[in-house]
Amino acid sequence: MKKISFILNGEKRFIHVEPNEILLDVLRDRMGTKSPKCGCDSGDCGACTVMLNSKTARSCMIFAIETDGQEIVTLEGISKSGLTPLQKIFLEQNVFQCGYCAPGMILSATELLGKNPHPSRYEVQEALAGNLCRCTGYTPIIDAVLELTKKQV
Amino acid sequence: MAIPYEFAYEKPQNLEMAVKLLGKYGKKARLLAGGTDLANQMKQGFRVPGIIIDIKGIHEMEEIKMDGNELHIGSLATFNDLLSSRLIKENVNILHEAAGLVASNGVRNRATMVGNICSAVACMDSATPLMVHEAVIHTLSTRGGNSYRIQDWFVDNRKTAIQDDEIVTHVSIPLPAARYAGAYQKLMRYSGEDLSQANVSVLMLGEKQFSVAFGSVGPIPKRSLKIEHLLNEEGISEGSISRAKNMIDSVIAPITDVRATKEYRMHMSKVMFERALLAARERYNKPRVFFK
Repeated sequence: MKKISFILNGEKRFIHVEPNEILLDVLRDRMGTKSPKCGCDSGDCGACTVMLNSKTARSCMIFAIETDGQEIVTLEGISKSGLTPLQKIFLEQNVFQCGYCAPGMILSATELLGKNPHPSRYEVQEALAGNLCRCTGYTPIIDAVLELTKKQV
Repeated sequence: MAIPYEFAYEKPQNLEMAVKLLGKYGKKARLLAGGTDLANQMKQGFRVPGIIIDIKGIHEMEEIKMDGNELHIGSLATFNDLLSSRLIKENVNILHEAAGLVASNGVRNRATMVGNICSAVACMDSATPLMVHEAVIHTLSTRGGNSYRIQDWFVDNRKTAIQDDEIVTHVSIPLPAARYAGAYQKLMRYSGEDLSQANVSVLMLGEKQFSVAFGSVGPIPKRSLKIEHLLNEEGISEGSISRAKNMIDSVIAPITDVRATKEYRMHMSKVMFERALLAARERYNKPRVFFK
């Protein structure tokens, strides 16, 4: 058991973890941060996506103990002061159905737009690839990201 | 899902400490960089280390830099680091192409190239680009420094020549002095995110000088001196391409698994070999295409 600390959504948090605890489980079951979800549990589906030091990462493949001294942002963190423009357009255009993939999609698109405010359709597809969605066929999500980038010219 | 057994965790802050720890624990230890392979292997019980040594505190191993006329890629360089590196894009275009096809962005943010060749799963993307470039893998242990030529590195599926007490510090790629260009081809079921069913790297170093390697079509990646010899004798022509494609039957030994049949892998390896060869030639003749 080791005491670690990390910044979770802007707040410094301390927790005791065993080396065999996975970050996803610690976030959900011990910190009450429920937006990252367990889908495939092997890094393929993107449902467990979080931002680790400003980059998206699959929290099901990270040992919690690795994050000592790091910064983690989840969906709860990026919408702390209300919905972001990206979330608003997703909502307006009703891009999700069940919503299980939504946290991963939103974080992945947020990371992309942070680096590249005017991506091509291909770049959006590439950034969202690895976030599996079984409801929407992806098109409304990709269209909404592109729509937002046009609005923000 | 938590890993269903206990193990210890250490995070050394420098290379010397890491080497000491590894010397102490040997094969009981597994090194942890991005963890995208290790965490899965541990969940599945395929690896059961007594201790994991997290090497992410050794910041000097993050570097991608020129070292004389060699390109130096540190063990902590992730696939996204390779993708955003101008040095990689301009000097080892094949590796840049391959890096962009590894898994998804979220995985590339964590997964390292050196981790890829240390896990040495047959479908890895970085092996054939490194083989055609004759990369060298550098390790360190309490016994001192050591290096392996890439053609001696892969021993079997998921098995490399590394000794239990060695840590890979970096990979070096000697850059040819004269003009060269390469191309990478990967067969996968859908774009965006998939393991390779087969892949091919071709490097063109002159009108009659080629380096060719096939991946994911046998337990270890395969460079073919036989095909290179033919191309080096005859250059690129319809006849030489067709003869080289026929040779592939005896060069690779694909298997049938959940991702593809051996017949499909064989057929597509030939198709991709030709595509890679022609793409390499186009880039060789029009260097600007190379820097697209």
